[in-house]
Amino acid sequence: MSRAAAKGAPPEAAHRRDLLRQMLLIRRFEDKCVELYSAGEIRGFVHLYIGEEAVAVGVNEAVTAEDSIVSTYREHGHALARGLPLDSVMAEMYGKTSGCSRGRGGSMHLFDVSRRFYGGNAIVGGGLPLSIGIALADKLRGEQRVTACFFGDGAVAEGEFHECMNLAALWDLPVLFCCENNLYAMGTALERAQAQTDLALRAGSYGMPAWAVDGMDVLAVQHAARGAVEAIRAGGGPHFLELRTYRFRAHSMYDPERYRDKSEVEEWKKRDPVDLLACRMRESDELTDADFQAMGDALTGEIDKAVAAAKAAPAEPVEDLTRFVYSPEPI
Amino acid sequence: MTGTETMKTTYREAMRAAIRDALQRDDRVFLMGEDVGRYGGCFAVSLGLLDEFGPERIRDTPLSESAFVGAGIGAALAGMRPIVEIMTVNFSLLALDQIMNNAATLLHMSGGQCNVPLVIRMTTGAGRQVAAQHSHSLEGWYTHIPGIKVLAPATLTDARGMLWTALQDPDPVLIFEHGSLYNMHGSLTADAGAVDIRSAAVRRAGADVSLITYGGTLSTTIAAAETLAGDNIDAEVIDLRSLRPLDDKTITDSVAKTHRAVIVDEGWRTGSLAAEISARIMEQAFWDLDAPTERVCGAEVPMPYPRHLEQAALPGADAIVAAVRRAVG
Repeated sequence: MSRAAAKGAPPEAAHRRDLLRQMLLIRRFEDKCVELYSAGEIRGFVHLYIGEEAVAVGVNEAVTAEDSIVSTYREHGHALARGLPLDSVMAEMYGKTSGCSRGRGGSMHLFDVSRRFYGGNAIVGGGLPLSIGIALADKLRGEQRVTACFFGDGAVAEGEFHECMNLAALWDLPVLFCCENNLYAMGTALERAQAQTDLALRAGSYGMPAWAVDGMDVLAVQHAARGAVEAIRAGGGPHFLELRTYRFRAHSMYDPERYRDKSEVEEWKKRDPVDLLACRMRESDELTDADFQAMGDALTGEIDKAVAAAKAAPAEPVEDLTRFVYSPEPI
Repeated sequence: MTGTETMKTTYREAMRAAIRDALQRDDRVFLMGEDVGRYGGCFAVSLGLLDEFGPERIRDTPLSESAFVGAGIGAALAGMRPIVEIMTVNFSLLALDQIMNNAATLLHMSGGQCNVPLVIRMTTGAGRQVAAQHSHSLEGWYTHIPGIKVLAPATLTDARGMLWTALQDPDPVLIFEHGSLYNMHGSLTADAGAVDIRSAAVRRAGADVSLITYGGTLSTTIAAAETLAGDNIDAEVIDLRSLRPLDDKTITDSVAKTHRAVIVDEGWRTGSLAAEISARIMEQAFWDLDAPTERVCGAEVPMPYPRHLEQAALPGADAIVAAVRRAVG
């Protein structure tokens, strides 16, 4: 334990430690996913968030349990930051009944309505209209809730994105648009796909506050998201954050990464969001190497337990194949 | 007024009365779509409702089918009961992603957590010389999708009564209103209200052949049945009402009685709803048949503008009569 922790860390230091722990949880969870995928334990598409952890964790710090989240297919980080139980997310990777979507969704479709986490949408841009509707419902009922909607830079090229920017601004809806700009839509670089690469500028053209944020710095993300959420709750209408980040791993497990240089990846890794925060905490004497090691070991232990539980969990019975296509008939 | 009193009305007015009733009964209900407010609805269905309920609940949208249909799905997820109007089925293709990949899929994909109690109304069908991008009957495509229910009100009673039942459904329901029906007039009892949305209805009882249809072709089919009656052919006419799920029992009970089936569907023949019904009759009532099933469908052409070509492309009473004559030999 560091000296600060030993004598009872001040609230801010404890908070930073919590942010670090959350990012490390996502990192270790996904490291385990790679291992499990390589071993053939889990299948399907698995889109890793490694490198982007600061975005999910920083944005989630700005919203409350009453607010809603709409996510993408690269959503392990969003789900874990939102507080979906590790066991239920891991069980979903295994397609088990104890999974957060009863195993029917898999990696790309994590849901937990009890935490107002409205999924894992695997059509690029497809979650944006849902966020508009959830926010409209809140507005019609006079609720003070905010809906945070995550999507990538690729979504900005979709027509649905522009329809939704317009509608959110026109109707003054309480949505926080969180554009995770990791510079690639699968294998197509932003500048190869979009005529104007300043994404905040494009969102801003719809008349909403929009700005770019260092998406590798969890404290910067948290600060920006808190400011935006506060403004939205005060009736300021939709806000847009372009969170500049980078995925360190391939697009999905099938991707040979022919479209980018290893040197570019290495350059971005120098700004690894986990290391960045850990370094700062070391510098301010909030964290020792031993602390960091212990934190990682504890998380690895939790993840191993989640894997064991997922393996042991029952699968959905085949007789229930067509369950949840329609709701049960009212009695 | 009592339930036995009747009043003159039209299909359009019956639909409007259904929307008004829903808005009065349930605060969670709102209507959203292109020109539903100030314009009064492309087909004047919502005329006057803006004044009565205000712009929050009679909500004009930009021309953004994907966004406002998806917003309806999101609002339904969050506990509202939206009615989304799409001007025509052709335009609904701009929202097909949201209907198919979200509305129809969320409940299953979330392991039963995400109900989408949404009603989408749209106009379908030809007959108004509005050519190849406003005239098609694509409801058969939607019946392909598990997770949604598809309705086709063909009578005043169903125009008045299906919406409320659809709004009570925890799952997404699509209502297809054939554009030729809005001016249909007749009487409804003053207390007309909710109707079931599961069963088909026998609109004309008969013994010799089963004519199976829905929506805009119901009146044409009944006219054909009357013509056939003059030739001593007693045709039974079934109005499917619900296109998904299909009421197999009403169909097969009828075929067991008549031993012949003719399916009338304004949609294109290939890969059609008519093909599905024909297949179900083969699967479930093959040994009851005395003749192959017949299909009278829309011609396989993008709808042409001139009236004579449009009429030639649609299933008419003459074609139905000819098909029945083939079936009865």
